[in-house]
Amino acid sequence: MMILRDSLRALLVLLALSWASVAMAGPYEDALQKFTTDSYADTDTAIVGVASSGNPQALAVVEALRDGRLLAGAGRVVIRDASGAMTDAATGQAIAGAAPADLKPVRVNNRVRRAIEAALGSMTLMSPDAGKRLDAARAVFRSKDAAALPILDQALAQEKDATVKTILEEARAAILLSAPDISSADRIAAIGVLKARGNQDALALLSSVTGAPEVVEAAQAAAAGIRSRLELWNALQNVWYGISLGSVLLLAAIGLAITFGTMGVINMAHGEMVMIGAYTTFVVQEIIRTQMPGLFGASLFIALPLAFVVAGGIGILIERTVIRFLYGRPLETLLATWGLSLMLQQAVRSIFGPTNREVGTPAWMSGALELGGLSLTYNRIAIVIFAFGVFAALLLVMRYTSLGLFVRAVTQNRRMAGSMGIRTNRIDALAFGLGSGVAGIAGVALSQIDNVSPNLGQGYIIDSFMVVVFGGVGNLWGTLVGAMTLGIANKLLEPYAGAVLGKIVLLIAIILFIQRRPRGLFALKGRAVEA
Amino acid sequence: MSQVFDRRTIVVLVLLAAAAILVPAMNMLAAPGSAFHLSDHLVPLLGKYLAFALLALSVDLVWGYCGILSLGHGAFFALGGYAMGMYLMRQIGARGVYANPTLPDFMVFLNWKELPWFWYGFDWFPFAMLMVLLVPGLLAFVFGWFAFRSRVTGVYLSIITQAMTFALMLAFFRNDMGFGGNNGLTDFKDILGFPIQAASTRVVLFVASAVALAGGYLLCRWIVTSKLGKVLVAVRDAESRTRFLGYRVEHYKLAVFTLSAMLAGVAGALYVPQVGIINPGEFAPANSIEVVIWVAVGGRGTLAGAILGALVVNAGKTWFTGALPELWLFALGGLFVFVTLLMPKGILGTAEEWWERARRKPKAGVAPDALPSAAE
Repeated sequence: MMILRDSLRALLVLLALSWASVAMAGPYEDALQKFTTDSYADTDTAIVGVASSGNPQALAVVEALRDGRLLAGAGRVVIRDASGAMTDAATGQAIAGAAPADLKPVRVNNRVRRAIEAALGSMTLMSPDAGKRLDAARAVFRSKDAAALPILDQALAQEKDATVKTILEEARAAILLSAPDISSADRIAAIGVLKARGNQDALALLSSVTGAPEVVEAAQAAAAGIRSRLELWNALQNVWYGISLGSVLLLAAIGLAITFGTMGVINMAHGEMVMIGAYTTFVVQEIIRTQMPGLFGASLFIALPLAFVVAGGIGILIERTVIRFLYGRPLETLLATWGLSLMLQQAVRSIFGPTNREVGTPAWMSGALELGGLSLTYNRIAIVIFAFGVFAALLLVMRYTSLGLFVRAVTQNRRMAGSMGIRTNRIDALAFGLGSGVAGIAGVALSQIDNVSPNLGQGYIIDSFMVVVFGGVGNLWGTLVGAMTLGIANKLLEPYAGAVLGKIVLLIAIILFIQRRPRGLFALKGRAVEA
Repeated sequence: MSQVFDRRTIVVLVLLAAAAILVPAMNMLAAPGSAFHLSDHLVPLLGKYLAFALLALSVDLVWGYCGILSLGHGAFFALGGYAMGMYLMRQIGARGVYANPTLPDFMVFLNWKELPWFWYGFDWFPFAMLMVLLVPGLLAFVFGWFAFRSRVTGVYLSIITQAMTFALMLAFFRNDMGFGGNNGLTDFKDILGFPIQAASTRVVLFVASAVALAGGYLLCRWIVTSKLGKVLVAVRDAESRTRFLGYRVEHYKLAVFTLSAMLAGVAGALYVPQVGIINPGEFAPANSIEVVIWVAVGGRGTLAGAILGALVVNAGKTWFTGALPELWLFALGGLFVFVTLLMPKGILGTAEEWWERARRKPKAGVAPDALPSAAE
């Protein structure tokens, strides 16, 4: 279908061009004649004439001129191709035999060269390839060369592709706005077109408009409109960055919320579980790279379950060997897990070295999606989707599985749950393993946007705590709201306060917030919380 | 008063006095070749340990006796250090690289034209010393006033103290804060007119640290044996019950937290001239957590244990980072786990327990500052 349409379009263009060549044979011939006078000024006029003639030979003529292969003399203009074969520029007929002796290459100087470039730019506007036309239209927009106006009009009349057409119209408007001797009405119309374009280029053009007062006024109004539009897009972009940061925080904090919620245990080694997940990704990618390079695109999917198992296993091990002896002493648990985090960091440093290890990004995650004035990179989109996926999965686990039921029961009232026959010790171990495992898969995602180093976890631990205490424990929704609020607030503050000051403001805000709601946004109600 | 000077206190004071006499003597009187000679670089190192011991003491006062686990005491320490550092910066005068008589080098480098208002007065030693006490004290007062009044307790309090020191670290890393940014304050020349690098100055600083530690110890000892101390222990062991008995728990907490922060500030002020630099790294949350482990290792709620723990862990750190740098974090991390799991009373508590058992004279009651079974 595509091929058919393209060839149809090419045919149409050819037809139009040949029709043009018939109808406008005179101007083309006339322009061509000017090449023979051996004067730079005439050559210049000739180029413009040929380029705007629409003759099928025109492109070949200008290209030949650029490469010094255009020969002229005694009323004839001849194109010599690379192999030395001659073609008559006027008729397109091959010339047999040796080159006529009276022909000399047409001379060019810098002014002529500029004219050649402009002409070539405007002539590719007629190219059958939509991509080339788009590039040419953009080139014309940038050059704002008034000489390209006739051919631009012609191209506009023929253009069927909506994208290319828009750019062509904008290029035309840009030329009208900056060229001399254009009526005010036309210029105001051009301002309207540029206003619709509404990006930084258009803003720059509109801001520099001079001339009749009504034109300047219209331009300024349009510029103001664009500015507020850009600001809106900018704000949206910041919100997107905030959502993306919030997803990262959500991933890092959600496992912590489970362990903190069920056991009241502050797991300072939580960040190291994230780090272990990231290193699992690194190891998986290394093995894939050496053993089966074809699987690289799927490396993250292979790493996910492995990271869950590795980090979750280490989590259960920690719970069984250290934390279970410290129940009822949350502050001691905090210290012991901090010690564990130091040991895990040093272990990873000893095994993998202190420097950053490189984790590759699969091809499907690179690039960006342009959406209006927004630019959304695919790896960020993937992380946002992934974070919400993990959140939904955990929500389902907590709501519909017996493990989730038991964990919730223990969270609400440990002794009552124990009295009902729930083996709270086992639930603790499993919940700790689950929280650590989730941290591990968070590490897989974070390996895509952060440096994989032994200190990876340290960077997230304070932020994760902030999310958990802000959101409140015992409720996953609290973690979601906490993460998103902090992420978006952080990114919205950044343009005004700068990254560091924004973060400081946020930390102070959280400290003050804790004063008002010491148990976070979504606090568990009832007597259980005072236990 | 007799309660203040129990056997343990006398031992601590005697040992500190011995250190204050022996260290200068071994450094200045013993011949450089002899076995008793203490080389010049060890004096500030030992002085640094004493400053850390004072910091550990301040943490023990709030954690061991009032149950407030502060993971932000490093912030008070660093603020005291910065106040001292600002005084030392002003003493450099025109001897800096840019030879500006009033502006410290980093301000000249940042193209600042005049001294920011908060640097005024720091060229005057008594003012700087006042700030060493006031700035940490004020921060602790404001922070504690908010936190204790709204009954933020337990791990939540620990986390927000951590957030506080983290926020301060980020703030002090900024160049526009006017505290030297990343590089902090350094390149000090002299203190009260004495060259800061000179061996004699360092000996004096060491003695000052020992005296400050002894004074801090006595102050803490006096507090914990007074009626105030009894209420603090009650708050630690049963906060709600103490409140129901009619005590304004938050006032007691606030008072002891503020005092503890001032002690930490003094420790910082003693630390800075001996190591010759203060930078935002001192605010790192990890530092504050490390202080807590010194206390835990030595023995929480014993005061003397905090001093012991700070000395032992820091000596161990110096040795490990020199001999086996790879293993230091394993050792420190292992220490955290080992002490919390197997030695909840720390070195001092465990040793005294053995001592009592060996004498086969079990005490009738529980010692007033013994640890409760549960921390909350």
